[in-house]
Amino acid sequence: MTAAPSPAPTATAPTGTAAPSPLRRAFDAVGLQNVSLLIALALLVAIISTQTDKFWLPANLLNIGVSVSLVGLVAIVQTVVIVSGGLDISVGSIAGLASVSAALALQATGNQTAAGILAAVVAGIACGVVNGLIITVLRVNPVIATLATLSAFRGVALLLTNGSAIGVLDEQFNEIGSGRPLGIPFPIIVLAVFAILVHVLLRYTIWGRNIYAIGGNPIAARLSGVDLNRYRLAVYMLSGVGAGIAGIVLTARTHSGQPQSGSQGLELEAVTAALLGGCALNGGKGTIFGTMLAVVLLGTLTNGMILLGIQSFYQLVAKGALLVLAVTIQQYRLSRTGVQTGTAFT
Amino acid sequence: MRLLASTGATRGIVSEPDVEPTHQPLLRIEGLTKRFANVHALTDVGFALRGGEVLALVGENGAGKSTLLKILSGDYKADAGVVAIDGRPVVFTSPREARAAGIRVISQEPEIVPGVSVAENLFLGDLPRRGFGFVHGRDLLTRAQETLLRFGFADALDPSALGESLSPAQRQLVEIVRALAAEARVLALDEPTSSLTDEEAERLFALIDRLRTQGIAIIYVSHRMREIARLADRVVVLRDGRLVADAPKAELSQAHIVRLMVGRPLQDVLHRTRAVRHEVMLEVSGVRTPLHGGIDLSVRAGEVVALAGLIGAGRSELARAIFGDFKRQAGRVLVGGREVPPNDPHAAIEAGIALAPEDRKGMALVLMRSVLENETLPILGKLSTAGFVHARLERAIGQEYVDRLRIRTPSLDQDVAKLSGGNQQKVVIARWLATKPKVLILDEPTRGIDVGAKAEIYKLIDELAGTGMAVLLISSELLEVLGLADRILVMQNGRITGELAAAEATERAIMELAMIDHLELSATGAAG
Repeated sequence: MTAAPSPAPTATAPTGTAAPSPLRRAFDAVGLQNVSLLIALALLVAIISTQTDKFWLPANLLNIGVSVSLVGLVAIVQTVVIVSGGLDISVGSIAGLASVSAALALQATGNQTAAGILAAVVAGIACGVVNGLIITVLRVNPVIATLATLSAFRGVALLLTNGSAIGVLDEQFNEIGSGRPLGIPFPIIVLAVFAILVHVLLRYTIWGRNIYAIGGNPIAARLSGVDLNRYRLAVYMLSGVGAGIAGIVLTARTHSGQPQSGSQGLELEAVTAALLGGCALNGGKGTIFGTMLAVVLLGTLTNGMILLGIQSFYQLVAKGALLVLAVTIQQYRLSRTGVQTGTAFT
Repeated sequence: MRLLASTGATRGIVSEPDVEPTHQPLLRIEGLTKRFANVHALTDVGFALRGGEVLALVGENGAGKSTLLKILSGDYKADAGVVAIDGRPVVFTSPREARAAGIRVISQEPEIVPGVSVAENLFLGDLPRRGFGFVHGRDLLTRAQETLLRFGFADALDPSALGESLSPAQRQLVEIVRALAAEARVLALDEPTSSLTDEEAERLFALIDRLRTQGIAIIYVSHRMREIARLADRVVVLRDGRLVADAPKAELSQAHIVRLMVGRPLQDVLHRTRAVRHEVMLEVSGVRTPLHGGIDLSVRAGEVVALAGLIGAGRSELARAIFGDFKRQAGRVLVGGREVPPNDPHAAIEAGIALAPEDRKGMALVLMRSVLENETLPILGKLSTAGFVHARLERAIGQEYVDRLRIRTPSLDQDVAKLSGGNQQKVVIARWLATKPKVLILDEPTRGIDVGAKAEIYKLIDELAGTGMAVLLISSELLEVLGLADRILVMQNGRITGELAAAEATERAIMELAMIDHLELSATGAAG
């Protein structure tokens, strides 16, 4: 009351130009969440290494890379969806529908590789548009909307193929699954390139920045002139693109359009990876880097279980447990930081 | 079944024969204190209430009325102090316990289950205790009918009507009857007439009169002087969480009550160097929304115009309607003579309007993102080529406004959630200054921030007006309004009810325009 509210002395808090120690900066750049993921990965690798000497074989390491490529692709787009405050659990079904579309297009065009790729991506985008319109125009909650299309898209894929796989004989197309330019399996290259592209999109463009804002506080974004519906529609379209590319890789690896096998359950792993990778379930937070770390962690875990001869059914249990763990960690963090943001005063 | 009229007045005595009759207050509150973080919502508040008494609880927005009610209803736990019923201290850990003790708080928005009937709503939660099961629909209906008849509302409420089909007044009635049926002895009504028509309000007043004769103690929270004059036996005035008056109504004139509510010593943090220019920067004409009928106002370059009024007067919604975020059904908004298309915040920003909304955390800030990202959100388009944001340019601009507004943050990358309220508000203002607006709308810019930060924001408003910006200030703090504004527009119920020049404005004049019923004002001249 008596203290004169004079302006603060000019010696204000340190500004952005003051440089903290390099170690500190490296730590900040990677982030706490990612550091914990790296530690978990190191521990996991250490445990597996003591049990088997097959883990470090180059063939095994590349095998991990190939086996996570599908999950990785859908986890990347899932990250964008979750950052925007939504959720897309239809990604697995979209991948299946895209796979079927690619195979049918190849069949129809006499193995025009480009047509196969295009068909899968277009199918993915179309599914994304359907999801986006249900969510923005019909105002259906994203979880419910994509739960519905999870079923519907799978149904369409099964209808198109009458329930069975469609063989793909285009060798150029199948190279996407089995080719090894520079000794690196093609699916790994596809995954890495896609990850970098989406990372750049999310981090360095207006589009990405607005996605964070929309997820963090949609009202604030709206009052800053951001057209929420346009962005939400675009997010689900991007999700469709990611799932479509996953469908291409799936088709090329299995040499067939697969309506169901190979893409079923991808949504669970994608959501688990994104949340484990540090995405806030309510939106506004999350990075492609974190998600990719989580994808590698999950892939390593699965690989380890296979190497150690653990029955594959346990993997399903482990995946479910990990999803709960990821959300539990998040809730714990929220409860610690949420206190200072909550106000009870009216 | 007992008849309330015969037992009500003496119920306290009948049920508590060992307690000294008549002079024992039904409800007694002593030393009630409640803090939220660093806000003192209530400090050492105490009063007593006898059965059959109607106590008007008045105070400005944020004076602590709601907090007090929430303690009585069991929603909040007091940090210190005693609530006693029939002289026995009680502590509520849940709304259920408060109800069991006979206290019922009827909120402004009655809690009615939309999908079930009035009858079920009436006995909600009390169903098991009353001894009928869920399947006995007919019993329930009969029981509801009897209850409605007993309290005189058989004609106003159809027990089989669904909750969602009820008018606001009927919802209020259901809540009240529900409370009475559960034998409530203390009834607290929070601005019960805010959504009622005059006729419905009259019915409510008649009911309150009847409850009074039945020995029920009533706490009546209202801003409306006419209702207080009509109903209250006693008036308790809260200000800044403290009790400043507790007196029989006869001893307090309306004007006196208003003065008690606002009377604070003038702080000397408010200075204005007035520099109103001729050019009209913002012109609003005939704007209609679902809440507003034909609003006209204008703000000149360099002018600070304040919108005063109570919560619910429609000020924030008017600001949002001007900005394009609240449905504008008719009318025009012009900035610098150029028309701004309706219902499009993006177009409003392009036209040079900026809005720092009332709810800083809920509507303005992306809390988990950095100071920088929050600052540049609306101007990313201007900071980028082909969709890519120029990081260095962005940081330079972010830093410029951090320096200019003296935002105290360890770095531009700090999560905005970790800043103090004052610095958060500055981030919001920085964001809008970065858009280089012609019209700046500030909705409660100093709510919940400390005095030092307030003074800085006052100074900033003055400076901004000095540069020729048109400022529309919404504030419930009259000191702020009086100290900063060149002109004051007072709103009530979606209309502008008066305009005061800075020189002639007083707190009392503003409060009278904001609160006192118009007809009464014109009929009796100065109120009180």
